[in-house]
Amino acid sequence: MFGRNAGVGITTLFTALIAGAGAALAQEAGLGAPFEWQMGFQDPASPFMQDVVKFHNSMLLLITVITLFVLGPMLYIVFRFNAKSNPVPSKNTHNTMLEVLWTVIPIIILVAMAIPSFKLLYKGDVVPTAAAVADLYEIDVAGEITLKATGLQWAWEYEYVDNGLFLFSSCLYGPDYWCFGGEAPEGARRLLETDNPVVVPVNTLIKVQVTAAAVIHAWAVPAFGVKIDAVPGRLSETWFVAQRIGTYYGQCSELCGMYHSYMPIQVNVVSQEDYDTWMAGQLAAMQPDRLKAPTTLFAQKGAFAQQGISPRRDPANALDIPNN
Amino acid sequence: MTETTAGAHEAHGAPTGWRRWLYSTNHKDIGSMYLIFAVVFGIVAGLMSVIMRMELQTPGVDIMWGDTPEHTFNVLVTGHGLIMVFFMVMPAFIGGFGNWMVPLMIGAPDMAFPRLNNFSFWILIPSALLLVGSTVIGDGAGTGWTVYAPLSTIGHSGPSVDMAILALHLAGASSIMASINFITTIFNMRAPGMTLHKMPLFVWSQLVTVFLLLLSLPVLAGAITMLLTDRNFGTAFFDAAQGGDPVLYQHLFWFFGHPEVYVLVLPSFGIISQVVATFSRKPIFGYLGMAYAMVAIGAVGFIVWAHHMYTAGMGVDTEAYFVAATLVIAVPTGIKIFSWIATMWGGSLTFETPMLWAMGMIFLFTLGGVTGVVLANSGLTTAFHDTYYVVGHFHYVMSMGAMFGIFAGFYYWVGKMTGRQYPEKLGKIHFWLTMVGVNLAFFPMHFSGLAGMPRRIADYPDAYAGWNLVSSLGAYISFSAALFFLYVVYVTFKSGEKVEASYWGEGATTLEWSVPSPAPHHTHEAPPTVR
Repeated sequence: MFGRNAGVGITTLFTALIAGAGAALAQEAGLGAPFEWQMGFQDPASPFMQDVVKFHNSMLLLITVITLFVLGPMLYIVFRFNAKSNPVPSKNTHNTMLEVLWTVIPIIILVAMAIPSFKLLYKGDVVPTAAAVADLYEIDVAGEITLKATGLQWAWEYEYVDNGLFLFSSCLYGPDYWCFGGEAPEGARRLLETDNPVVVPVNTLIKVQVTAAAVIHAWAVPAFGVKIDAVPGRLSETWFVAQRIGTYYGQCSELCGMYHSYMPIQVNVVSQEDYDTWMAGQLAAMQPDRLKAPTTLFAQKGAFAQQGISPRRDPANALDIPNN
Repeated sequence: MTETTAGAHEAHGAPTGWRRWLYSTNHKDIGSMYLIFAVVFGIVAGLMSVIMRMELQTPGVDIMWGDTPEHTFNVLVTGHGLIMVFFMVMPAFIGGFGNWMVPLMIGAPDMAFPRLNNFSFWILIPSALLLVGSTVIGDGAGTGWTVYAPLSTIGHSGPSVDMAILALHLAGASSIMASINFITTIFNMRAPGMTLHKMPLFVWSQLVTVFLLLLSLPVLAGAITMLLTDRNFGTAFFDAAQGGDPVLYQHLFWFFGHPEVYVLVLPSFGIISQVVATFSRKPIFGYLGMAYAMVAIGAVGFIVWAHHMYTAGMGVDTEAYFVAATLVIAVPTGIKIFSWIATMWGGSLTFETPMLWAMGMIFLFTLGGVTGVVLANSGLTTAFHDTYYVVGHFHYVMSMGAMFGIFAGFYYWVGKMTGRQYPEKLGKIHFWLTMVGVNLAFFPMHFSGLAGMPRRIADYPDAYAGWNLVSSLGAYISFSAALFFLYVVYVTFKSGEKVEASYWGEGATTLEWSVPSPAPHHTHEAPPTVR
């Protein structure tokens, strides 16, 4: 009886404090992936995500206070107003001042919360031009690149619109009937690494336009604070500026069928020179007929097409995967 | 008039055998059937979640079976959600406790439409058969309980999704008819002297709940019918290639879906009010505020649906509106939490099992509510949408907010319904076991979500393994607690102490405590006068 509220309360308080601290803890530089027993956000690598982390930290503080504000009186009640300590219950069922206060004060708190909340929302929705972003976030933005991401079942296809480069990016390490890399080597990030990652230059505005072929997917990179639904028939747009060189991962964030877990997103943020070198190499290697949209998932996943096998090892069990 | 009614019944006597149940027009018997139905399907859906948590306990796909184990996982996710919502929480709260206690509490002899009541219950059987059948006929529906198009249209061939849709049609019809029944009963059959402002808060909660159902379920019916026609009859409501829009489905679904989540929790609020007042030996603090807070939550709940769609691309001004409207709901909800605390303040509290569940509910629902306030902010949506943070949030308000209310109601009213009381020590064990289990299961999900773990994935990057292991352990403890509950029920029925009409003392002031325990087959045959 004594332990109930106290136990849960103390645990909550403790964890809330750790979570708050965890959000501020520094991480390996340039790392855009989750780590074990993580309790907070991944280290922000874009200006918008930095704002998200800041706003969330204040929200976390607020909700911790509110929770304690409920837990505290309940604990007090257990000790002060149990039948032994207080054999005669009061008949008090009204207190207008109290009722006014606990209506008006929450309203004030919510309005106070709504102001930075709307600021954050509208800031993230800035019309993406390099100049506007640089101005709003007071950072240096070197240029603009438009990246189109198309969600397929179950991989991402990217188009660098300015260059005409197409990339087909799929999961590298995972179940061997779906991902290409086989047994994951030591330290490999299973279900996060891709065979053809997106490469972008640092400190550049990346305009991401997403759509999908058949079903809804979502393109997300937590370290950049980017998540947007990929809806067939729509071209949705979002943006980010990566401020640190490194490798950043995300996962498809809308249930899209059975291999929803196996279509990660990998973004390698490199220097401008490295990006230019990479782009030149990619364009040179790209087959001309790759510009035509592939008709089946198997045709896209060249290795499978060559071997003529279905995602499950035994061809006899091949499922009819719908054409995209 | 009442004399004639009583006499007419004695003339043919109460039905016996299977007819008593299949043909029942008795609110108590129908309520009991709903409760048994809810327990059965709660175990089924709970088992599904245990199997899912066994899979998620460690990285890799090791437990899931079949040619496409990941699809099996998605089918379990879908089944778990649909069964918990439509075949556990709603039957328990509305069909079960609602049917049992609303007529008793307002002094009515039964519901307004007893035969409609019967139909509402029995239609759930084919509904459940269709849903369970959808998992074994065809490949199963791996769409999530939200059944988004185009995954549910283009993305699923075969009969499974069609069967799931038809199951929802029947369950929806069952609830719409029940809503008509409850509204008519509550508006027209209160005993003389029981004005709306004298009704117990549990009855208020039922009234608001069924209004929400009446107005939102037809929209669900429309949305899933459009899925059905897109799938089978060549329409293109949600097919972009033919001019349709997948996001239209999301608007239609969530226009139902958001009021639905208030349907799932409002009756819990009602039960908690009854329990807290009884065990504090004080009337509820601020009765009118409590009643109209529920009305406000219900009303505003209709205009916030698109906070489930912040990443769909609706436009920033639309998102801003939904942020504001969603934040508004925090105000009446806060009023309720504070009023419960103010009720206990100055009271003379004892902590029998129903009160433990109620106090647990108040604190844990607050935890779930505050993460809901965080989620309301569209600026944070890119961080939280479709992550385990959301899963943690809604399990706090559901597995704790709603489910703790169900158990509070059971322990509070089982003596009234059966004439036998539960063993207090066993009840407390059930409570504490559940308390540990659900918090272990769902609190770490907030961490996983902050770290970026998406929802509805059968396998995850290795870094998420730690908290997933803890979650799974919590799930096993919770399910053990549920099995222990079955044992508590068994002991109660077999050898529970017999109780009198009002066995909770002077704090229990509503009309159900004025009739014997167990409540006789017919009660309030002459309406009581309420002062």
